[in-house]
Amino acid sequence: MDKTFVVKGSNLRAAANACASRSRQGLLAMFACDERAMSGCYAVYCLFDGRQPGGLVTVKGLVPADGPLEFPSLTPIIPAAAWYEREICDMFGLTPVGHPELRPLVLHENWPAGLYPLRKDFDPGRVVPDAGKPFPMLHAHGEGVFEVPVGPIHAGIIEPGHFRFSQAGESILRLDAKLFFTHRGIEKAVEGLTPDAAFPMVERICGVCGVSHALSFSQALEGLTGTVVPERAKWIRVLAAELERLYNHVGDIGNLSAGMGFQVAVSNGSRLKEGLLRLNEALTGNRYLRGMVVPGGVAMDVTAELRGEIAAALERFEPDFASLVGLMRDNDAFLDRVDTTGIVPFAAARDLGVVGVAARASGVDWDMRRDKPYGGYDELEFAVPVHRSGDVAARLWVRVDEVPQTVRLIRQALERIAAAGPELAAKVPPAPAWSTGAGWSESARGANLHWLMMGEDNKIWRYFARSASYPNWPALSVAAPGNIIPDFPLINKSFELCYACLDR
Amino acid sequence: MLKVLQKIMAVGTVTEAWDAGPVPERFRGRVEPAGGSCAACGACIAACPVGAIEASGDSIKVNHRACIFCGRCVERCERGLMTQTGDYKLAELGGQLLGEAVRAEILRTLGRSLHVRHLDVGSCNACDFELNQLLGPVYDLQQYGVDFVASPRHADLLMVTGVVTRNLTQALLMTYEATPAPRLVMAVGACAASGRTFGTSNYAVRGGADALVPVDVYVPGCPPRPQALLYGILLALGRIEKA
Ligand code: SF4
Ligand code: SF4
Repeated sequence: MDKTFVVKGSNLRAAANACASRSRQGLLAMFACDERAMSGCYAVYCLFDGRQPGGLVTVKGLVPADGPLEFPSLTPIIPAAAWYEREICDMFGLTPVGHPELRPLVLHENWPAGLYPLRKDFDPGRVVPDAGKPFPMLHAHGEGVFEVPVGPIHAGIIEPGHFRFSQAGESILRLDAKLFFTHRGIEKAVEGLTPDAAFPMVERICGVCGVSHALSFSQALEGLTGTVVPERAKWIRVLAAELERLYNHVGDIGNLSAGMGFQVAVSNGSRLKEGLLRLNEALTGNRYLRGMVVPGGVAMDVTAELRGEIAAALERFEPDFASLVGLMRDNDAFLDRVDTTGIVPFAAARDLGVVGVAARASGVDWDMRRDKPYGGYDELEFAVPVHRSGDVAARLWVRVDEVPQTVRLIRQALERIAAAGPELAAKVPPAPAWSTGAGWSESARGANLHWLMMGEDNKIWRYFARSASYPNWPALSVAAPGNIIPDFPLINKSFELCYACLDR
Repeated sequence: MLKVLQKIMAVGTVTEAWDAGPVPERFRGRVEPAGGSCAACGACIAACPVGAIEASGDSIKVNHRACIFCGRCVERCERGLMTQTGDYKLAELGGQLLGEAVRAEILRTLGRSLHVRHLDVGSCNACDFELNQLLGPVYDLQQYGVDFVASPRHADLLMVTGVVTRNLTQALLMTYEATPAPRLVMAVGACAASGRTFGTSNYAVRGGADALVPVDVYVPGCPPRPQALLYGILLALGRIEKA
């Protein structure tokens, strides 16, 4: 199922090209690992989805530490590699030669040149002096063209990011984003910890994709330790993951209207979301479902009483939600703002490896739950709604259409939980040294893919977390140009990109 | 338009008193170590992912500013001596709000109308989403004379979420400087209140909010539920007494 090709770093592009052309979904993730202690090399990993649903194809390029620290950039042939390669360059000091736009990504102007935090000989506790390097941004030139800088601190309650709009009057010519402001060094922070000790940080990569991150990490670990999750836990995980999707979608659908001042929809979305967050709290003790998914299974049971509570809440939710959507569906003023706004064409979505709602709104018919099934989804019935117009409306309607499917999945999960045995979690044995594995799940925003390499004594050697927002952020720069600045908040909200997930 | 009116009528008023929301049985609030037969085995200390538990002699102390309310200490105490209560009213005053005279002066100036600027300095975003919920119809923050504003120049209170990252240090300092005095700072959630959520030796993190700016209110939680945030705000404004 899983295949790994180990090649010389200098052959990485050719090998990756061969795999890309034979895979369904192209490049899923790319990252480096400091393996000097084992092989005297840095390794650059490229993960592709294979032809079969289950497996992954990995291309591992070895860059000898005593040679030139470089590899041929994949970006000219695989555009989805662009950000991964910039990150590898920042964090490991490996240069992707031929990268069309090589500039820092994660580390800002305050970070001194020549220090690479994910190298093993970088001591995370050392005091790093502040540098004042320039941080190059992309511009547009021409008569009358001007720039509008926005952020990192925005006017509303929004996560931090810096946007640079190059404008011709009201029209956006180009958008460049400087992100990773909330970079918390999580991948480095978990190195040397046991999976158990690392887990609370994994769950806190993001607040609103916490279940999905916890699941992806757990599945990676369970895969490489041969842990089988008990039946009951499997369905409780589905329940938690779908409840996460539900409150996110409902909140996002309501919140989209905030981009155009349609307050009735915003308030009703917020009210419905509050009800769902309270349900989460009743179920897990935390409004964001934290503490439920653990490696090996789940931490809490879903009793008959709770199942009844959830089922009753869904009954109340459905008509309420339908009437909220009704406020948008035949509202010309609303449709006028969302239709044909912020288009991501199918080809761009494919090339950038866009995932989740954003991909399915641009005609990319891809959902990890169906296409790379995990955690019991292949035993459940659900449809994957796809829209093709690639605009704000399409991203909205994909979410709207996914809500009933999610409700359907929750109902199935409740039935399965009722029928399953009582065991909640299997014991996770220590992971074999130098074993590697990947885990994935489809969050409300798309696929979250985690990769783990365990070192000796069950300690994490390298952890890489690619969130759904990672491949989706660059799509925003495709969607914005040609629109007017006042539509940007709407376009941005329609992607519902997560900064914390991206920045880690 | 008709549908909009129908929806408004059908839903009616949903706003509730600030602490009326139910506290479910599973809710993980204040951690309470029972003294007495503690074996001083250190299991809870070892289990705590953020180093929030300290032993002093044979008693155990929990630092709720750092606590992420994960429940591990409770689960892993072999004698079952740790419990987690439903208490979420954990906000504490600090900084300027500790001095009576200054406090009275600040309350006189800001107590009836408080403008808030949110500042994410490295959060996981759950704290931020909870701030957003405060603006929803259920909590309706504006009813207390409190509202979020777009510019720090219009703000009286900075609600800071997240550990202070290296990349947001400048933004935090500049926003603080841009906020006119008298100004208050609230550290929202374990990250801002302690800075320990992602480890204490981390190249990307400088610590909690008070590592860089003076903090006047600490609101524990991960994230603090909206009622806990309201408790912190109302406490800071002197509208309620410490529970
Ligand atoms: S609940 Fe978790 S974070 Fe809080 S003291 Fe216990 S172990 Fe530490
Ligand atoms: S305190 Fe918890 S919820 Fe708040 S930002 Fe930190 S990790 Fe997220």
